Amino acid sequence: MTDTPESTRMNMIQAINSAMDVMMDRDPDIVVMGEDVGYFGGVFRATAGLQSKYGKTRVFDTPITECGIIGVAVGMGAYGLRPVPEIQFADYIYPALDQLVSEAARLRYRSAGEFTAPITVRSPFGGGIFGGQTHSQSPEGIFTHVSGIKTVIPSTPYDAKGLLIAAIEDNDPTIFFEPKRIYNGPFDGHWDRPTQNWSQHPAGDVPTGYYKIELGKAKVVRPGEALTILAYGTMVHVALSVIAEAGVDAEVIDLRTLVPLDIETIEASVQKTGRCMIVHEATRTSGFGAELSALVQERCFYHLEAPIERVTGFDTPYPHSLEWAYFPGPVRIGEALKKIMKDA
Amino acid sequence: MASDRVPAHLKPNLPPLSLYVPEPKFRPGDTVDFTQVAIPAAGETRRPDTADRADSFTDLAYQMVRVLDENGQAVGPWNPRLSPDMLRAMLRSMALVRAFDERMFRAQRQGKTSFYMKCTGEEAVAVAAAFALDYEDMCFPSYRQQGLLIARGWSMVDMMNQIYSNTADRLHGKQLPIMYSVKEAGFFSISGNLATQYPQAVGWAMASAAKGDTRIAATWCGEGSTAEGDFHSACTFASVYRAPVIFNVVNNQWAISSFSGFAGAESTTFAARAVGYGIAGLRVDGNDALAVYAATAWAAERARTNQGPTLIEHFTYRAEGHSTSDDPGQYRSAGEPTAWPLGDPIARLKDHLIAIGEWDEERHAAQDKDLAEQVKAAQKEAEANGVLGHGLHQPLDSLFDGVFEEMPWHLREQQAQMIAEETASGRPWARK
Repeated sequence: MTDTPESTRMNMIQAINSAMDVMMDRDPDIVVMGEDVGYFGGVFRATAGLQSKYGKTRVFDTPITECGIIGVAVGMGAYGLRPVPEIQFADYIYPALDQLVSEAARLRYRSAGEFTAPITVRSPFGGGIFGGQTHSQSPEGIFTHVSGIKTVIPSTPYDAKGLLIAAIEDNDPTIFFEPKRIYNGPFDGHWDRPTQNWSQHPAGDVPTGYYKIELGKAKVVRPGEALTILAYGTMVHVALSVIAEAGVDAEVIDLRTLVPLDIETIEASVQKTGRCMIVHEATRTSGFGAELSALVQERCFYHLEAPIERVTGFDTPYPHSLEWAYFPGPVRIGEALKKIMKDA
Repeated sequence: MASDRVPAHLKPNLPPLSLYVPEPKFRPGDTVDFTQVAIPAAGETRRPDTADRADSFTDLAYQMVRVLDENGQAVGPWNPRLSPDMLRAMLRSMALVRAFDERMFRAQRQGKTSFYMKCTGEEAVAVAAAFALDYEDMCFPSYRQQGLLIARGWSMVDMMNQIYSNTADRLHGKQLPIMYSVKEAGFFSISGNLATQYPQAVGWAMASAAKGDTRIAATWCGEGSTAEGDFHSACTFASVYRAPVIFNVVNNQWAISSFSGFAGAESTTFAARAVGYGIAGLRVDGNDALAVYAATAWAAERARTNQGPTLIEHFTYRAEGHSTSDDPGQYRSAGEPTAWPLGDPIARLKDHLIAIGEWDEERHAAQDKDLAEQVKAAQKEAEANGVLGHGLHQPLDSLFDGVFEEMPWHLREQQAQMIAEETASGRPWARK
């Protein structure tokens, strides 16, 4: 799994921090920038210690303008640097859309490769933390719709570090969404139960040195025969917990990278199980689940024994007090499970 | 409408509000009179030391740096005292840009390409800046700074190949005509989205500073684009990190059909935007090549000595349409270009050279003829590589190249689909 024998327990924040640390040490062209990321080390502490180690010209606070942060990152990329900007919450990424969609994602194509944007945009996303509508959204579907940009979402500390290193080394712009609900530990979807932390989870054992997980490769986190569940981020853990409680032998696939997607792993699994459930926290209409559903239907139609189920957040803004009514938790997944397994 | 829930005796007796919507002074058919445009005399505006604090010369944001006077003499503290050879080289570049524009505009009208944009009347803005910057400095232009490439000696044939999206197009037919990208000449890929290049130029400049490099960045946008958020993000970043960057605002009075009032010109100058950000601001006669040169050289010196950014408003006039897609006769008076009080930049530099005895009308006419021939020859050479719409100039499957460094499966699949469609349909595309 790794070329580094040494490993230690890390939560997802520490793993992400370690990825940047390892990469900044290896490559003097990597810079980290964003609101509050410098002296303070980020509102989630993901960049803690980096400024004191690598200096203010490589790790620095920025003005509060997401458009400016990404625009500046594109210019730094054109110079030859490899910027890793942080957008403090995914909900704040919209002012940067033009710079991401029309500039970073299109620069290689429009300049026939003269200029590229080797940028990794880190941003905490997703809800379940009582963040209300401006600290909880899952906008990955906006970016998967954009040609020229990659979208990566880890679900464990081990994957977070390996994927972030791969994203930073990648020469194309990558959106790296960090599921903030599981920064400290996996979440089983039961908000009323005690939280777990990564120290008890095998994927909380993270090599201290360099390793990477290839982008575009999903992971079968639980092999099974009864149905295939496609999920990413927080929802991987929720799905695992629901099927364990229901005693269903599901194959759970953690997509890890949405674009480029690991279609082979998905196809092989659905063709084996004949059933497919897609779970994401983002709103339903035109969500990434719609794309997954279409792909599975196109490629596995004659293997399907039941309609594909999509379990998602509702098409509302992310609510505050009714957060758990929005969240596609154990009840919603459980109902979908009954439906898809009805004739099994 | 006042709310009916408020009892009548509590309603204040206030006049109704009215919304102000700007309107340009002259519309089609109007007689143009530009006497209200305040033009300070050449040589009048002071020149601060490049080490002075930006807040010590905020008055310059409301004046106008001018060097060439009405008699064709270079006067005042901003006179860059350029050699006659340099002046002639600048004049030649500007005239070449105009000849190039004429030819390519006509090529679009002849159906050889889809789109073109001239910079007629604004040649000094890009050409004089290119002469004042180092060749190694990085330019983040908008779509009307073709003068940078011409002045840097870049191949016209190469530019035309891009305009024609032909077999030799360095951008492989992927980008709209005139949206050049020439890394070798320090010319960043032009975007059609406005002012996006502003924060990018700041990022490049910050990177250069962070690396202890000596190169600086310069960027251009129109006065209309200063309304974009990117412009203000860029100014904030540049101010905060004292980035070695030159912001050029080309105030050519018109953004397609919207006059500069829709970007705020009725209330203040564009150079004054610098004041709020605490960065150096200059307002320059954009039709005076010597003023543009002097202001750029001054700003470059500030940038090179870690004095930070400068914003230069180039007060000029877009003498022709926005692009091949609009007819300015539909929205502004046809009398404006000839009435423009700052004249024509090429004529003014020519008159200066003649006034100092370094040029004459005969040489100028001969040069124009020679440049037109050079452009014509370049066009012939470029057209040998094809023109848009006449044949397939790029392999069909190259459509998918460069979306990513490596092509993912979904693009490979779509590429195979496209080739299968072509085969099945028997279309006359000749695969290469």
